[in-house]
Amino acid sequence: MNVLTDNFSIFAEGFLGTVELTVYASALALALGFVMASFRVAPVSSLRVFGTVWVTVLRNTPLTLLFFAVLLGLPRFGLVLPFKVFAILALGCYTSAFICEALRSGINTVPKGQGEAARSLGMTFHQTLSMVVLPQAFRSVIPPVGSTLIALAKNSAIAGAFSVTELLGTYKTLSELGYNIVWTFFWIAVGYLIITLTISAIFNVLEKRWGVPR
Amino acid sequence: MTANPVESTALYDIPGPHTRRRHRMYGVVSTVLILALIGWVLYLLFDTEQFTYTKWMPFEYKGIQELLLRGLGNTLKAFAMAAVLSLTLGTVLATGRLSDHRPVRWISAMVVEFFRAMPVLVMIFFIFVALKVQPLPALVAGLTLYNGSVLAEVFRSGVNSVERGQREAAFALGLRKTQVMTYVLAPQAVRSMLPTIISQLVVALKDTSLGYLITYEEFLHAGKLIASNLDYDLPFIPVVMVISPIYIGMCMLLSWFAQWVSRWERRSPKTEAVEVAPAEPGTLLRGGVPPTAPRP
Repeated sequence: MNVLTDNFSIFAEGFLGTVELTVYASALALALGFVMASFRVAPVSSLRVFGTVWVTVLRNTPLTLLFFAVLLGLPRFGLVLPFKVFAILALGCYTSAFICEALRSGINTVPKGQGEAARSLGMTFHQTLSMVVLPQAFRSVIPPVGSTLIALAKNSAIAGAFSVTELLGTYKTLSELGYNIVWTFFWIAVGYLIITLTISAIFNVLEKRWGVPR
Repeated sequence: MTANPVESTALYDIPGPHTRRRHRMYGVVSTVLILALIGWVLYLLFDTEQFTYTKWMPFEYKGIQELLLRGLGNTLKAFAMAAVLSLTLGTVLATGRLSDHRPVRWISAMVVEFFRAMPVLVMIFFIFVALKVQPLPALVAGLTLYNGSVLAEVFRSGVNSVERGQREAAFALGLRKTQVMTYVLAPQAVRSMLPTIISQLVVALKDTSLGYLITYEEFLHAGKLIASNLDYDLPFIPVVMVISPIYIGMCMLLSWFAQWVSRWERRSPKTEAVEVAPAEPGTLLRGGVPPTAPRP
Protein backbone atom coordinates (compact mmCIF):
# COMPACT_ATOMS: atom_id res chain seq x y z
CA MET A 1 0.00 0.00 0.00
CA ASN A 2 2.71 2.49 0.92
CA VAL A 3 4.19 2.06 -2.56
CA LEU A 4 1.45 4.37 -3.76
CA THR A 5 1.41 6.83 -0.86
CA ASP A 6 5.20 7.19 -0.71
CA ASN A 7 5.61 7.78 -4.43
CA PHE A 8 2.39 9.47 -5.29
CA SER A 9 4.16 12.18 -7.30
CA ILE A 10 5.99 9.63 -9.47
CA PHE A 11 2.77 7.74 -10.15
CA ALA A 12 0.88 10.98 -10.80
CA GLU A 13 3.55 12.11 -13.26
CA GLY A 14 3.39 8.80 -15.11
CA PHE A 15 -0.40 8.77 -15.08
CA LEU A 16 -0.59 12.30 -16.49
CA GLY A 17 2.00 11.34 -19.10
CA THR A 18 -0.19 8.48 -20.27
CA VAL A 19 -3.30 10.68 -20.27
CA GLU A 20 -1.45 13.33 -22.26
CA LEU A 21 -0.19 10.81 -24.82
CA THR A 22 -3.68 9.33 -25.13
CA VAL A 23 -5.45 12.67 -25.57
CA TYR A 24 -3.04 14.16 -28.13
CA ALA A 25 -2.67 10.93 -30.08
CA SER A 26 -6.46 10.47 -30.10
CA ALA A 27 -6.93 13.96 -31.51
CA LEU A 28 -4.33 13.29 -34.21
CA ALA A 29 -5.80 9.86 -34.98
CA LEU A 30 -9.36 11.20 -35.26
CA ALA A 31 -8.29 14.07 -37.54
CA LEU A 32 -6.06 11.93 -39.77
CA GLY A 33 -8.58 9.08 -39.75
CA PHE A 34 -11.30 11.45 -40.91
CA VAL A 35 -9.10 12.76 -43.75
CA MET A 36 -8.16 9.22 -44.80
CA ALA A 37 -11.78 8.04 -44.64
CA SER A 38 -12.83 10.92 -46.88
CA PHE A 39 -10.00 9.96 -49.26
CA ARG A 40 -11.23 6.38 -49.30
CA VAL A 41 -14.79 7.31 -50.26
CA ALA A 42 -13.76 10.10 -52.66
CA PRO A 43 -14.67 9.82 -56.35
CA VAL A 44 -11.01 10.54 -57.25
CA SER A 45 -9.18 7.27 -57.77
CA SER A 46 -5.67 8.44 -56.86
CA LEU A 47 -6.91 9.61 -53.46
CA ARG A 48 -8.69 6.29 -52.97
CA VAL A 49 -5.49 4.42 -53.75
CA PHE A 50 -3.53 6.61 -51.33
CA GLY A 51 -6.07 6.02 -48.55
CA THR A 52 -6.16 2.30 -49.17
CA VAL A 53 -2.38 1.98 -49.12
CA TRP A 54 -2.17 4.06 -45.92
CA VAL A 55 -4.74 1.87 -44.17
CA THR A 56 -3.45 -1.48 -45.42
CA VAL A 57 0.18 -0.74 -44.56
CA LEU A 58 -0.44 0.79 -41.14
CA ARG A 59 -2.96 -1.84 -40.08
CA ASN A 60 -0.38 -4.53 -40.75
CA THR A 61 2.57 -2.74 -39.15
CA PRO A 62 3.61 -3.88 -35.68
CA LEU A 63 3.43 -0.79 -33.46
CA THR A 64 6.85 -1.50 -31.99
CA LEU A 65 8.35 -1.42 -35.49
CA LEU A 66 6.62 1.91 -36.14
CA PHE A 67 7.93 3.36 -32.88
CA PHE A 68 11.39 2.00 -33.71
CA ALA A 69 11.29 3.60 -37.16
CA VAL A 70 9.82 6.93 -36.06
CA LEU A 71 11.66 7.51 -32.78
CA LEU A 72 15.04 6.29 -33.91
CA GLY A 73 14.72 6.78 -37.68
CA LEU A 74 13.36 10.30 -38.17
CA PRO A 75 16.29 11.95 -36.30
CA ARG A 76 18.54 10.56 -39.07
CA PHE A 77 16.79 12.96 -41.45
CA GLY A 78 17.79 15.84 -39.23
CA LEU A 79 14.31 16.08 -37.71
CA VAL A 80 14.93 16.53 -34.01
CA LEU A 81 11.86 16.76 -31.80
CA PRO A 82 11.17 15.65 -28.23
CA PHE A 83 10.53 11.92 -27.94
CA LYS A 84 7.03 12.63 -26.70
CA VAL A 85 6.09 14.31 -30.00
CA PHE A 86 7.49 11.38 -31.96
CA ALA A 87 5.52 8.98 -29.76
CA ILE A 88 2.31 10.95 -30.37
CA LEU A 89 3.03 10.94 -34.13
CA ALA A 90 3.61 7.18 -34.21
CA LEU A 91 0.58 6.35 -32.05
CA GLY A 92 -1.66 8.81 -33.90
CA CYS A 93 -0.70 7.59 -37.38
CA TYR A 94 -1.05 3.94 -36.37
CA THR A 95 -4.49 4.46 -34.83
CA SER A 96 -5.68 6.69 -37.68
CA ALA A 97 -5.79 3.62 -39.94
CA PHE A 98 -8.22 1.90 -37.58
CA ILE A 99 -10.29 5.07 -37.10
CA CYS A 100 -10.45 5.46 -40.88
CA GLU A 101 -11.87 1.97 -41.29
CA ALA A 102 -14.41 2.53 -38.51
CA LEU A 103 -15.58 5.80 -40.09
CA ARG A 104 -15.67 4.35 -43.57
CA SER A 105 -17.79 1.39 -42.53
CA GLY A 106 -20.01 3.85 -40.67
CA ILE A 107 -20.54 5.85 -43.86
CA ASN A 108 -21.21 2.62 -45.72
CA THR A 109 -24.04 1.71 -43.33
CA VAL A 110 -26.01 4.74 -44.56
CA PRO A 111 -28.33 3.40 -47.27
CA LYS A 112 -27.81 4.71 -50.78
CA GLY A 113 -31.44 5.85 -50.92
CA GLN A 114 -30.81 8.42 -48.20
CA GLY A 115 -28.28 10.26 -50.34
CA GLU A 116 -30.44 9.89 -53.44
CA ALA A 117 -33.47 11.29 -51.62
CA ALA A 118 -31.45 14.22 -50.29
CA ARG A 119 -30.13 15.04 -53.75
CA SER A 120 -33.56 14.75 -55.33
CA LEU A 121 -34.79 17.32 -52.80
CA GLY A 122 -32.19 19.63 -54.27
CA MET A 123 -29.66 19.49 -51.45
CA THR A 124 -26.11 20.38 -52.34
CA PHE A 125 -23.22 18.01 -51.65
CA HIS A 126 -22.35 19.93 -48.50
CA GLN A 127 -25.93 19.74 -47.22
CA THR A 128 -26.26 16.04 -48.02
CA LEU A 129 -23.04 15.35 -46.17
CA SER A 130 -23.66 17.44 -43.07
CA MET A 131 -27.43 16.99 -42.68
CA VAL A 132 -28.11 13.48 -43.93
CA VAL A 133 -25.10 11.21 -44.20
CA LEU A 134 -22.78 12.23 -41.36
CA PRO A 135 -25.44 12.40 -38.61
CA GLN A 136 -26.51 8.85 -39.44
CA ALA A 137 -22.95 7.58 -39.83
CA PHE A 138 -21.98 9.16 -36.49
CA ARG A 139 -24.51 7.03 -34.63
CA SER A 140 -23.11 3.77 -35.86
CA VAL A 141 -19.41 4.62 -35.46
CA ILE A 142 -19.53 5.35 -31.70
CA PRO A 143 -18.73 1.80 -30.46
CA PRO A 144 -15.93 0.97 -32.93
CA VAL A 145 -14.25 4.37 -32.44
CA GLY A 146 -14.52 3.91 -28.67
CA SER A 147 -12.81 0.56 -28.71
CA THR A 148 -10.12 1.90 -31.06
CA LEU A 149 -9.38 4.71 -28.60
CA ILE A 150 -9.23 2.22 -25.71
CA ALA A 151 -6.72 0.24 -27.73
CA LEU A 152 -4.76 3.47 -28.26
CA ALA A 153 -4.62 4.13 -24.50
CA LYS A 154 -3.30 0.61 -23.96
CA ASN A 155 -0.81 0.89 -26.81
CA SER A 156 0.63 4.07 -25.30
CA ALA A 157 2.44 1.76 -22.84
CA ILE A 158 4.94 1.04 -25.63
CA ALA A 159 6.07 4.66 -25.50
CA GLY A 160 7.31 4.08 -21.95
CA ALA A 161 9.77 1.50 -23.20
CA PHE A 162 11.17 4.18 -25.54
CA SER A 163 11.91 6.46 -22.56
CA VAL A 164 8.84 8.68 -22.77
CA THR A 165 7.41 9.53 -19.35
CA GLU A 166 4.28 7.45 -18.84
CA LEU A 167 2.69 5.04 -16.42
CA LEU A 168 4.43 1.77 -17.25
CA GLY A 169 7.84 3.44 -17.17
CA THR A 170 7.42 4.28 -13.48
CA TYR A 171 8.20 0.66 -12.52
CA LYS A 172 11.88 1.23 -13.36
CA THR A 173 12.30 4.18 -10.98
CA LEU A 174 10.41 2.42 -8.22
CA SER A 175 12.24 -0.90 -8.48
CA GLU A 176 15.53 1.00 -8.31
CA LEU A 177 14.25 2.61 -5.11
CA GLY A 178 13.68 -0.91 -3.79
CA TYR A 179 9.90 -0.98 -3.55
CA ASN A 180 7.89 -4.17 -3.87
CA ILE A 181 7.62 -4.82 -7.59
CA VAL A 182 4.31 -6.70 -7.43
CA TRP A 183 2.54 -3.82 -5.69
CA THR A 184 4.10 -1.35 -8.13
CA PHE A 185 2.59 -3.28 -10.99
CA PHE A 186 -0.70 -3.51 -9.13
CA TRP A 187 -0.97 0.28 -9.01
CA ILE A 188 0.16 0.61 -12.63
CA ALA A 189 -2.63 -1.80 -13.57
CA VAL A 190 -5.12 0.28 -11.56
CA GLY A 191 -3.95 3.39 -13.40
CA TYR A 192 -4.53 1.80 -16.80
CA LEU A 193 -7.91 0.48 -15.69
CA ILE A 194 -8.94 4.00 -14.64
CA ILE A 195 -8.03 5.35 -18.09
CA THR A 196 -9.63 2.57 -20.15
CA LEU A 197 -12.77 2.47 -18.00
CA THR A 198 -13.12 6.26 -18.29
CA ILE A 199 -12.96 6.10 -22.10
CA SER A 200 -15.38 3.20 -22.06
CA ALA A 201 -17.78 5.16 -19.80
CA ILE A 202 -17.59 8.24 -22.03
CA PHE A 203 -18.43 6.20 -25.09
CA ASN A 204 -21.22 4.36 -23.27
CA VAL A 205 -22.80 7.74 -22.50
CA LEU A 206 -22.39 8.82 -26.13
CA GLU A 207 -23.88 5.51 -27.24
CA LYS A 208 -26.88 5.89 -24.91
CA ARG A 209 -27.40 9.47 -26.02
CA TRP A 210 -27.01 9.11 -29.78
CA GLY A 211 -26.41 5.52 -30.72
CA VAL A 212 -29.04 3.58 -32.61
CA PRO A 213 -28.82 -0.11 -33.41
CA ARG A 214 -28.84 -0.73 -37.12
CA MET B 1 -13.48 -2.57 -51.36
CA THR B 2 -13.22 0.84 -53.03
CA ALA B 3 -16.40 2.56 -54.11
CA ASN B 4 -17.17 2.01 -57.72
CA PRO B 5 -17.21 5.46 -59.35
CA VAL B 6 -19.78 4.55 -62.02
CA GLU B 7 -22.42 3.71 -59.40
CA SER B 8 -24.03 6.31 -57.20
CA THR B 9 -23.29 6.12 -53.48
CA ALA B 10 -24.94 7.77 -50.49
CA LEU B 11 -22.46 10.60 -50.96
CA TYR B 12 -22.07 11.03 -54.70
CA ASP B 13 -24.41 10.90 -57.65
CA ILE B 14 -23.43 9.27 -60.92
CA PRO B 15 -21.10 11.92 -62.40
CA GLY B 16 -22.08 13.73 -65.53
CA PRO B 17 -19.61 14.93 -68.20
CA HIS B 18 -18.75 18.15 -66.35
CA THR B 19 -18.22 16.42 -63.02
CA ARG B 20 -16.16 13.69 -64.66
CA ARG B 21 -13.88 16.32 -66.12
CA ARG B 22 -13.60 18.02 -62.73
CA HIS B 23 -12.84 14.68 -61.03
CA ARG B 24 -10.19 13.96 -63.62
CA MET B 25 -8.60 17.31 -62.85
CA TYR B 26 -8.66 16.58 -59.12
CA GLY B 27 -7.14 13.21 -59.93
CA VAL B 28 -4.27 14.77 -61.85
CA VAL B 29 -3.61 17.36 -59.13
CA SER B 30 -3.66 14.82 -56.31
CA THR B 31 -1.49 12.38 -58.26
CA VAL B 32 1.05 15.13 -58.77
CA LEU B 33 0.94 15.99 -55.07
CA ILE B 34 1.37 12.36 -53.99
CA LEU B 35 4.23 11.87 -56.46
CA ALA B 36 5.84 15.06 -55.15
CA LEU B 37 5.58 13.68 -51.62
CA ILE B 38 7.21 10.40 -52.65
CA GLY B 39 9.87 12.33 -54.53
CA TRP B 40 10.60 14.48 -51.49
CA VAL B 41 11.04 11.39 -49.29
CA LEU B 42 13.35 9.83 -51.87
CA TYR B 43 15.30 13.10 -52.08
CA LEU B 44 15.69 13.10 -48.29
CA LEU B 45 16.90 9.51 -48.38
CA PHE B 46 19.52 10.32 -51.02
CA ASP B 47 20.41 13.61 -49.43
CA THR B 48 21.21 11.99 -46.09
CA GLU B 49 23.24 9.31 -47.93
CA GLN B 50 21.17 6.30 -47.04
CA PHE B 51 22.05 4.44 -50.24
CA THR B 52 25.82 4.45 -49.88
CA TYR B 53 27.63 1.13 -50.20
CA THR B 54 28.94 1.13 -46.61
CA LYS B 55 25.41 1.23 -45.24
CA TRP B 56 24.17 -1.65 -47.39
CA MET B 57 27.35 -3.71 -47.23
CA PRO B 58 26.39 -5.63 -44.04
CA PHE B 59 23.52 -7.38 -45.81
CA GLU B 60 26.05 -9.13 -48.05
CA TYR B 61 27.65 -10.92 -45.12
CA LYS B 62 26.57 -14.41 -44.33
CA GLY B 63 26.79 -13.84 -40.57
CA ILE B 64 24.41 -10.86 -40.76
CA GLN B 65 21.98 -12.75 -42.96
CA GLU B 66 22.02 -15.63 -40.50
CA LEU B 67 21.47 -13.21 -37.63
CA LEU B 68 18.40 -11.79 -39.38
CA LEU B 69 17.07 -15.24 -40.25
CA ARG B 70 17.57 -16.42 -36.68
CA GLY B 71 15.64 -13.36 -35.49
CA LEU B 72 12.84 -14.10 -37.95
CA GLY B 73 12.81 -17.72 -36.77
CA ASN B 74 12.51 -16.60 -33.16
CA THR B 75 9.64 -14.27 -34.06
CA LEU B 76 7.80 -17.09 -35.82
CA LYS B 77 8.51 -19.47 -32.95
CA ALA B 78 7.01 -17.05 -30.42
CA PHE B 79 4.04 -16.49 -32.73
CA ALA B 80 3.38 -20.20 -33.19
CA MET B 81 3.53 -20.88 -29.47
CA ALA B 82 1.35 -17.88 -28.62
CA ALA B 83 -1.18 -18.81 -31.32
CA VAL B 84 -1.61 -22.41 -30.18
CA LEU B 85 -1.73 -21.51 -26.50
CA SER B 86 -4.14 -18.60 -26.92
CA LEU B 87 -6.52 -20.72 -29.01
CA THR B 88 -6.44 -23.30 -26.20
CA LEU B 89 -6.95 -20.70 -23.48
CA GLY B 90 -9.70 -19.06 -25.52
CA THR B 91 -11.54 -22.37 -25.83
CA VAL B 92 -11.22 -23.05 -22.09
CA LEU B 93 -12.40 -19.57 -21.09
CA ALA B 94 -15.27 -19.60 -23.59
CA THR B 95 -16.40 -22.98 -22.22
CA GLY B 96 -16.25 -21.45 -18.76
CA ARG B 97 -18.32 -18.43 -19.78
CA LEU B 98 -20.96 -20.65 -21.40
CA SER B 99 -21.07 -22.99 -18.41
CA ASP B 100 -24.31 -23.81 -16.56
CA HIS B 101 -22.65 -23.24 -13.20
CA ARG B 102 -22.70 -19.70 -11.98
CA PRO B 103 -19.31 -19.65 -10.12
CA VAL B 104 -17.49 -21.00 -13.18
CA ARG B 105 -19.19 -18.46 -15.40
CA TRP B 106 -18.37 -15.69 -12.97
CA ILE B 107 -14.69 -16.56 -12.59
CA SER B 108 -14.13 -16.90 -16.34
CA ALA B 109 -15.90 -13.59 -16.94
CA MET B 110 -13.61 -11.92 -14.39
CA VAL B 111 -10.49 -13.38 -15.99
CA VAL B 112 -11.58 -12.44 -19.51
CA GLU B 113 -12.55 -8.89 -18.60
CA PHE B 114 -9.39 -8.28 -16.59
CA PHE B 115 -6.95 -9.47 -19.22
CA ARG B 116 -8.82 -7.69 -22.00
CA ALA B 117 -8.59 -4.41 -20.14
CA MET B 118 -4.86 -4.64 -19.37
CA PRO B 119 -2.27 -3.49 -21.89
CA VAL B 120 -0.37 -6.55 -23.17
CA LEU B 121 2.91 -4.83 -22.48
CA VAL B 122 2.10 -4.36 -18.80
CA MET B 123 1.44 -8.10 -18.49
CA ILE B 124 4.60 -8.99 -20.38
CA PHE B 125 6.68 -6.65 -18.20
CA PHE B 126 5.02 -7.96 -15.04
CA ILE B 127 5.85 -11.56 -15.95
CA PHE B 128 9.34 -10.60 -17.10
CA VAL B 129 10.32 -8.24 -14.26
CA ALA B 130 8.30 -9.27 -11.24
CA LEU B 131 8.17 -13.03 -11.80
CA LYS B 132 11.71 -13.07 -13.26
CA VAL B 133 10.83 -15.31 -16.22
CA GLN B 134 13.00 -15.72 -19.32
CA PRO B 135 12.07 -13.40 -22.25
CA LEU B 136 10.48 -16.03 -24.52
CA PRO B 137 8.11 -17.56 -21.92
CA ALA B 138 7.26 -14.08 -20.64
CA LEU B 139 6.38 -12.87 -24.15
CA VAL B 140 4.37 -16.00 -24.97
CA ALA B 141 2.54 -15.92 -21.63
CA GLY B 142 1.61 -12.25 -22.01
CA LEU B 143 0.38 -12.72 -25.58
CA THR B 144 -1.51 -15.85 -24.58
CA LEU B 145 -3.34 -14.21 -21.69
CA TYR B 146 -4.42 -11.23 -23.79
CA ASN B 147 -5.28 -12.95 -27.06
CA GLY B 148 -6.80 -15.94 -25.26
CA SER B 149 -9.23 -13.62 -23.46
CA VAL B 150 -10.17 -11.81 -26.64
CA LEU B 151 -10.61 -15.13 -28.47
CA ALA B 152 -12.81 -16.39 -25.63
CA GLU B 153 -15.18 -13.49 -26.30
CA VAL B 154 -15.02 -14.19 -30.02
CA PHE B 155 -15.88 -17.88 -29.50
CA ARG B 156 -18.68 -17.02 -27.11
CA SER B 157 -20.31 -14.50 -29.39
CA GLY B 158 -19.89 -17.00 -32.24
CA VAL B 159 -21.81 -19.65 -30.30
CA ASN B 160 -24.47 -17.13 -29.33
CA SER B 161 -24.90 -15.98 -32.92
CA VAL B 162 -25.91 -19.41 -34.22
CA GLU B 163 -29.58 -19.34 -35.07
CA ARG B 164 -31.68 -20.29 -32.05
CA GLY B 165 -33.55 -23.00 -33.93
CA GLN B 166 -30.36 -25.03 -34.26
CA ARG B 167 -29.92 -25.33 -30.52
CA GLU B 168 -33.61 -25.96 -29.95
CA ALA B 169 -33.77 -28.65 -32.63
CA ALA B 170 -30.70 -30.37 -31.22
CA PHE B 171 -32.16 -30.40 -27.71
CA ALA B 172 -35.48 -31.63 -29.10
CA LEU B 173 -33.68 -34.58 -30.65
CA GLY B 174 -32.56 -35.54 -27.15
CA LEU B 175 -28.90 -34.52 -27.37
CA ARG B 176 -27.16 -33.58 -24.12
CA LYS B 177 -25.72 -30.09 -23.62
CA THR B 178 -22.17 -31.21 -24.41
CA GLN B 179 -23.36 -32.93 -27.57
CA VAL B 180 -25.35 -29.89 -28.65
CA MET B 181 -22.24 -27.79 -28.17
CA THR B 182 -19.71 -30.08 -29.85
CA TYR B 183 -21.84 -31.42 -32.71
CA VAL B 184 -24.11 -28.52 -33.53
CA LEU B 185 -23.11 -25.13 -32.14
CA ALA B 186 -19.30 -25.15 -32.01
CA PRO B 187 -18.70 -26.23 -35.64
CA GLN B 188 -20.99 -23.50 -36.96
CA ALA B 189 -19.60 -20.92 -34.53
CA VAL B 190 -16.01 -21.67 -35.55
CA ARG B 191 -16.92 -21.43 -39.21
CA SER B 192 -18.59 -18.07 -38.75
CA MET B 193 -15.82 -16.71 -36.53
CA LEU B 194 -12.84 -18.09 -38.47
CA PRO B 195 -12.09 -14.75 -40.19
CA THR B 196 -12.17 -12.94 -36.84
CA ILE B 197 -9.99 -15.63 -35.24
CA ILE B 198 -7.36 -15.34 -37.99
CA SER B 199 -7.45 -11.54 -37.73
CA GLN B 200 -6.85 -11.85 -34.01
CA LEU B 201 -3.83 -14.03 -34.82
CA VAL B 202 -2.54 -11.15 -36.96
CA VAL B 203 -2.68 -9.06 -33.78
CA ALA B 204 -0.67 -11.75 -31.98
CA LEU B 205 1.90 -11.79 -34.79
CA LYS B 206 2.22 -8.01 -34.66
CA ASP B 207 2.57 -8.09 -30.89
CA THR B 208 5.46 -10.58 -30.97
CA SER B 209 7.51 -7.47 -31.80
CA LEU B 210 6.96 -6.42 -28.16
CA GLY B 211 9.58 -9.06 -27.39
CA TYR B 212 12.12 -6.50 -28.60
CA LEU B 213 11.35 -4.41 -25.51
CA ILE B 214 12.18 -7.27 -23.12
CA THR B 215 15.39 -8.17 -24.99
CA TYR B 216 13.97 -11.30 -26.62
CA GLU B 217 16.22 -11.97 -29.61
CA GLU B 218 13.55 -11.59 -32.28
CA PHE B 219 13.56 -9.95 -35.70
CA LEU B 220 13.58 -6.33 -34.56
CA HIS B 221 16.29 -7.07 -32.02
CA ALA B 222 18.50 -8.52 -34.78
CA GLY B 223 17.85 -5.37 -36.81
CA LYS B 224 18.81 -3.15 -33.87
CA LEU B 225 22.10 -5.05 -33.47
CA ILE B 226 23.01 -4.35 -37.10
CA ALA B 227 21.77 -0.76 -36.99
CA SER B 228 23.92 0.18 -34.01
CA ASN B 229 27.12 -1.12 -35.61
CA LEU B 230 29.63 1.70 -36.15
CA ASP B 231 31.62 -0.33 -38.70
CA TYR B 232 28.80 0.02 -41.19
CA ASP B 233 28.20 3.74 -40.53
CA LEU B 234 25.05 3.08 -38.40
CA PRO B 235 22.85 1.69 -41.20
CA PHE B 236 19.60 2.46 -39.42
CA ILE B 237 17.39 3.42 -42.37
CA PRO B 238 18.60 0.49 -44.53
CA VAL B 239 17.77 -1.88 -41.68
CA VAL B 240 14.25 -0.43 -41.39
CA MET B 241 13.90 -0.70 -45.18
CA VAL B 242 14.83 -4.37 -45.06
CA ILE B 243 12.91 -5.38 -41.94
CA SER B 244 9.60 -3.58 -42.37
CA PRO B 245 8.60 -5.07 -45.75
CA ILE B 246 9.20 -8.56 -44.37
CA TYR B 247 7.29 -7.90 -41.14
CA ILE B 248 4.43 -6.02 -42.81
CA GLY B 249 4.35 -8.58 -45.62
CA MET B 250 3.86 -11.46 -43.17
CA CYS B 251 1.00 -9.65 -41.42
CA MET B 252 -0.59 -8.70 -44.75
CA LEU B 253 -0.48 -12.29 -45.98
CA LEU B 254 -2.28 -13.44 -42.85
CA SER B 255 -4.83 -10.59 -43.14
CA TRP B 256 -5.52 -11.46 -46.75
CA PHE B 257 -5.93 -15.07 -45.77
CA ALA B 258 -8.55 -13.95 -43.20
CA GLN B 259 -10.42 -11.98 -45.87
CA TRP B 260 -10.25 -14.90 -48.27
CA VAL B 261 -11.61 -17.26 -45.60
CA SER B 262 -14.39 -14.76 -44.90
CA ARG B 263 -15.46 -14.73 -48.55
CA TRP B 264 -15.11 -18.48 -48.87
CA GLU B 265 -17.14 -19.22 -45.74
CA ARG B 266 -19.86 -16.83 -46.82
CA ARG B 267 -20.39 -18.91 -49.95
CA SER B 268 -20.32 -22.19 -48.05
CA PRO B 269 -23.73 -23.90 -47.55
CA LYS B 270 -22.57 -24.94 -44.05
CA THR B 271 -22.92 -21.39 -42.73
CA GLU B 272 -26.59 -20.95 -43.61
CA ALA B 273 -27.71 -20.76 -39.97
CA VAL B 274 -25.09 -18.22 -38.95
CA GLU B 275 -23.73 -14.94 -40.28
CA VAL B 276 -20.03 -15.02 -41.19
CA ALA B 277 -18.19 -12.24 -39.35
CA PRO B 278 -16.05 -9.76 -41.30
CA ALA B 279 -12.28 -10.20 -41.17
CA GLU B 280 -11.59 -7.86 -38.26
CA PRO B 281 -9.90 -8.51 -34.92
CA GLY B 282 -12.07 -8.72 -31.81
CA THR B 283 -13.15 -5.41 -30.32
CA LEU B 284 -12.67 -4.16 -26.80
CA LEU B 285 -15.88 -2.32 -26.09
CA ARG B 286 -19.16 -4.08 -25.39
CA GLY B 287 -21.82 -3.43 -27.95
CA GLY B 288 -19.30 -3.08 -30.75
CA VAL B 289 -20.47 -4.45 -34.06
CA PRO B 290 -17.86 -7.17 -34.60
CA PRO B 291 -17.38 -9.83 -33.28
CA THR B 292 -21.06 -10.06 -32.35
CA ALA B 293 -22.21 -11.42 -35.68
CA PRO B 294 -25.70 -10.18 -36.59
CA ARG B 295 -28.50 -12.68 -36.90
CA PRO B 296 -29.37 -13.72 -40.43
